[in-house]
Amino acid sequence: MISPNLSAIFYLVSGILFILALRGLSSPETSRQGNFFGIIGMVIAITVTFLTVGNFSNAIIYVFIFLIIGGAIGAFIAFKIPMTAMPELVAGFHSLVGLAAVFVAISAFLNPEAFNLGFPGDIKLASLIEMSIGAAVGAITFSGSIIAFLKLRGIMSGSPITFKGQHILNLIIGLSIIALIYLLCSTQTSSLFWGMIVVSFLIGVLLIIPIGGADMPVVISMLNSYSGWAAAGIGFTLENSALIITGALVGSSGAILSYIMCKGMNRSFFSVILGGFGGEATSTDKQKKDKKPVKSGNAEDAAFLLKNASSVIIVPGYGMAVAQAQHALREMVDTLKKNDIKVSYAVHPVAGRMPGHMNVLLAEANVPYDEVFELDDINNDFANTDVAFVIGANDVTNPVAKTDPQSPIFGMPVLDVEKCKSVLFVKRSLSPGYAGVDNELFYRENTLMLFADAKKMTEDIVKNI
Amino acid sequence: MEIDPFIFRFSIFILAIFVGYYVVWSVTPSLHTPLMSVTNAISSVIIVGAIIAALASSSDSIFDTSSIFGFLAIILAAINIFGGFLVTQRMLQMYKKKKKDKK
Repeated sequence: MISPNLSAIFYLVSGILFILALRGLSSPETSRQGNFFGIIGMVIAITVTFLTVGNFSNAIIYVFIFLIIGGAIGAFIAFKIPMTAMPELVAGFHSLVGLAAVFVAISAFLNPEAFNLGFPGDIKLASLIEMSIGAAVGAITFSGSIIAFLKLRGIMSGSPITFKGQHILNLIIGLSIIALIYLLCSTQTSSLFWGMIVVSFLIGVLLIIPIGGADMPVVISMLNSYSGWAAAGIGFTLENSALIITGALVGSSGAILSYIMCKGMNRSFFSVILGGFGGEATSTDKQKKDKKPVKSGNAEDAAFLLKNASSVIIVPGYGMAVAQAQHALREMVDTLKKNDIKVSYAVHPVAGRMPGHMNVLLAEANVPYDEVFELDDINNDFANTDVAFVIGANDVTNPVAKTDPQSPIFGMPVLDVEKCKSVLFVKRSLSPGYAGVDNELFYRENTLMLFADAKKMTEDIVKNI
Repeated sequence: MEIDPFIFRFSIFILAIFVGYYVVWSVTPSLHTPLMSVTNAISSVIIVGAIIAALASSSDSIFDTSSIFGFLAIILAAINIFGGFLVTQRMLQMYKKKKKDKK
């Protein structure tokens, strides 16, 4: 049993270790050390909690049993999960944080004495507000993440689900949560507490269903942020600085990532959240559809072009993840390098389904991280490059974003692949990308379309080089 | 008049948001996925609340409604802690530099 003051100091230490864990991620070299700090911070926080409670009754055995069960499940998932499934894994993990926050809030509400918050039916006002906010945000995080998970996993269609009056309905539900919290605080009625949680679960679902598949990077980041705010809310309830610090860190981290993702698509946060983007074709592409010839080729043509190039830039996208083509791609690059061809990779901020998605997949395929470049660092190099190899990306290469103010993606930062001498575009068909915009690149003189599965095409090219 | 302790906690909160803001901007974009998984893991420090709730029951009734929610939260948070840190570790292990240049 240790004094509350001492334990507060230890919680502060673990909060600082969590800050260092994030700080470590500023470069891949320090990142592993950072992760280690994070683990130590967590061990300290848990140990101190046991010592502070100091109630070593039989219950502690069960605590350990549940801890081990959860830990085993977590470890199993962590080792088994394929890297291509990272987005849905992260979404799934967010939902667990959200639900854990709800459960902690519920037990604090049912047994406030254990947390020094007053008595059932007479909980301190500030604590009641804090736990209600924690529970509401946690519930939204939970159900929202479940929907995001289902969409990313492909169990639910990635296309936006919209209906008339959606936004007004959401607004009414949102206001009703606030009203419920207000009534709960003035009457302390437990049914209001349960009602508020149910309504929060509902709004979480309604908020995410209108958002389409390629907007998922924003959604995941946003839910990341929410899970942080939920944790902070519970941290205030428990008067625990480790939880408050962590909640604030995670909350701002998710918010920054959402901002970066929105900027990568040149869309406002609100237009993403309101959803319904994509699907409808604009007037401009309808005119183009039936015109313009497309040059298409096979693996042999592609191999010929690549072999005779002296520099190549690879542009990966979500299609590469779907086809699991990263290993085949790496093999192709190895062959090219043996022929003294300079190869680098260009990653757009919103390529894939979550921030940094492409980087992880390339790292998995043993691509050294110093060959992978961000949009701003590599965009000027396309003009001096012989071949751009676009694999599974689409909207992020569309020159329309720079030229046609009418286009829905106008103003979005894009990779200048069309400036290369030739462009190889691996894609299954000519269908427009997520934004519903035809890619002008398909019809360019210097573009060769390779209609095939990304993985199979890459393997065929290797055979032909 | 004494200052409410809430204000102190609120100060920590606001300062931590600022720390988070500057620290996260310095994270290299290629590590944004590990950033998400590690923030996931650390936000599961919510387990401290779950442990308090689970241990709060009297010894003759270990499982009352309040502590059951605590125990459930322990499982959820533990999945996240182990899963989050281990999967981050697994990812970070893959980030390698160019071995030797064959120029």
